Amino acid sequence: MSMTEIRWHGRGGQGAKTACLLLADAAFASGKYVQGFPEYGPERMGAPITAYNRISDTRCTIHSNIYTPDYVVVVDETLLKSVDVTAGLKETGAIIINSERSPAELRPLLNGYKGKVCTIDARKISEEALGRYFPNTPMLAAAVKVSGVVEPERFVADMRASFGHKFATKPQVIEGNMKALQTAMMEVKEG
Amino acid sequence: MSVRERLSGNEAIAHAMKQIDPDVFAAFPITPSTEIPQYFAQYVADGKVGTEFVTVESEHSSMSTCIGAEAAGARAITATSSCGLAYMYEVLYVAASMRLPIVMAVANRALTGPININNDHSDSMGARDAGWIQLYAENNQEAYDNYLQAMPIGEDESVRLPVMVCQDGFITSHAVENIELCEDAEVKGFVGEYHPENALVGHENPLAVGPYDTCPYYMEHKVQQAEAMKNAKARILKVASDFEKMTGRKYGFFEEYRMEDAEAAIVVIGSTAGTARAEVDILREQGKKVGMIKVRVFRPFPAEELAAALSHVKAVAVMDKSEGFAADGGPLFHEVRSACYDLPQRPMMIDVVFGLGGRDCATTDIERVYNRLFKMIETGEVGPVYNHMGQRDLREATV
Amino acid sequence: MIKARDIHEDCAWQQLTPGGEVYEGGTSKTFKTGDWRVNVPVYIADKCKQCLLCAPYCPDGAIPVKDGKRTDFDFDHCKGCGICAKVCPFKAIEMKKEEEK
Repeated sequence: MSMTEIRWHGRGGQGAKTACLLLADAAFASGKYVQGFPEYGPERMGAPITAYNRISDTRCTIHSNIYTPDYVVVVDETLLKSVDVTAGLKETGAIIINSERSPAELRPLLNGYKGKVCTIDARKISEEALGRYFPNTPMLAAAVKVSGVVEPERFVADMRASFGHKFATKPQVIEGNMKALQTAMMEVKEG
Repeated sequence: MSVRERLSGNEAIAHAMKQIDPDVFAAFPITPSTEIPQYFAQYVADGKVGTEFVTVESEHSSMSTCIGAEAAGARAITATSSCGLAYMYEVLYVAASMRLPIVMAVANRALTGPININNDHSDSMGARDAGWIQLYAENNQEAYDNYLQAMPIGEDESVRLPVMVCQDGFITSHAVENIELCEDAEVKGFVGEYHPENALVGHENPLAVGPYDTCPYYMEHKVQQAEAMKNAKARILKVASDFEKMTGRKYGFFEEYRMEDAEAAIVVIGSTAGTARAEVDILREQGKKVGMIKVRVFRPFPAEELAAALSHVKAVAVMDKSEGFAADGGPLFHEVRSACYDLPQRPMMIDVVFGLGGRDCATTDIERVYNRLFKMIETGEVGPVYNHMGQRDLREATV
Repeated sequence: MIKARDIHEDCAWQQLTPGGEVYEGGTSKTFKTGDWRVNVPVYIADKCKQCLLCAPYCPDGAIPVKDGKRTDFDFDHCKGCGICAKVCPFKAIEMKKEEEK
């Protein structure tokens, strides 16, 4: 059984949970078995939150948190100081961080993690494409690109349909989100 | 024809409710069940159901509203969690003793205090003696399937008892997973309509319900309830068999996983069963004879059937996701151990209280439980019977 | 269907209705409360002006009214509470001890 486990670190209000659920949606649409769930605590804007995905070809029955993820997505760079984001992260996997800095600049902050480090400037992409800072769409796209849990072309097509449904009453938002998505997939840096 | 979807446990329950389109939903929100009335309110607003959605000021009132509506001959439902369920405590007994087959979705959550909003089974286990049928789910699929079976079980003339459909708060209520849904018409056909023989409204005969029951009658009415709970066993199996014909998904009082030749077994309720299932597979690959029993029906308690399933096992760990503060084990343990008393050869048995207030339970935790059972089998010694797992402890861990 | 008149203290649980439901109206008629009485009202027809104030005051509906006139008490149900005697403006009802009646 091949299963991919992904852990999301974000702050309350930044959309890490939404991105986690969108990734589950995208993987489901491509025929996978999915789990997408947040680790709940009191919901406070700005407090660190964790969310998880399991994506596999057969139903995964495990219902615990994820301790040895294949991928970690960090939606807010400032969490690197306060949260041990690479805890249990497999060296065959990768960490994807929202930052304007390069992977080489961030690696020293990662407790000696030896696997792949990827960065994406979600703020710049979001502000250029949407005019506001919504990091979750670019982070989702980067996670898909790096992890390969969903085939990228399929992912883009599914997301267009999903945004079309979600923003049926605000079609102007659809193109902005699609642009953020596609730009992020191109601009994610691996190091 | 089934419909493939991905839904959270709460969405799955709300979807089942929409397909059933009950007469009355009495709603008061409490995390983690809040999303259920929230989704349902949207269905009401969108005209997708004909339900009378009654927003009340407390859970005591939501259950009281259900009682009034169901006695009037309507199909009445609600959803709750934790302290909300505790606040209904008095009227839970009224619903059961009036023999009203109300169906309540429960997203299980710890009871305060100290204040905690995460998952364990303290809420519904605290209500286990209220006279309600209790079904528990491992995941969103089972929550949905149990919900569809609840009314055909509870409303049957031989039963007439209310039903709690429980799932693990947050762990499955808020987790999006794959699910297979039934078509609306299939659900309508399976659940049918509710036409009680006697009801307060819509009948020519005047009716009085919920009387003052003097001493010469009360005990007889309690025996009726006890008999109805016994009758529920046959009805639960009949409904499960009909459900299997419709969906291909099989249900019973409990699920036995790789129990055929198991020497060490875990008995558990809820989402942890899925985690245990994964660990059983790992240990089986190593040649260890392990199995797992997931209890789906806690009320009525399938004592004889469970005892038979455990009769060949050498060592059993019952995992309780609630504390009974009996100082010698949790509620599931007491009942499983009591069920095994009449076996000619009883397995060694321990209780493991775990997962309180959302404390996570991973496959590695399940492995520790099996390791304890292996040690019991190897030495022939039971050791400490009443154990807690997962807490920080200055004493040596017993599990 | 089990009728209220068939329900009594010798019934087994199988002979009782589920949850104690009562499937007909007016079942209080079969419940004779008259033997709870210690004091008893005595109706003095000569003093009665048929104002009918007593009938609605009776908590047990034990003052039958026929063709616009009250008749003697329904002693199967009268508990002897004395409210009728208190409200009668014409002293047409007197309360006596049960044995003096």
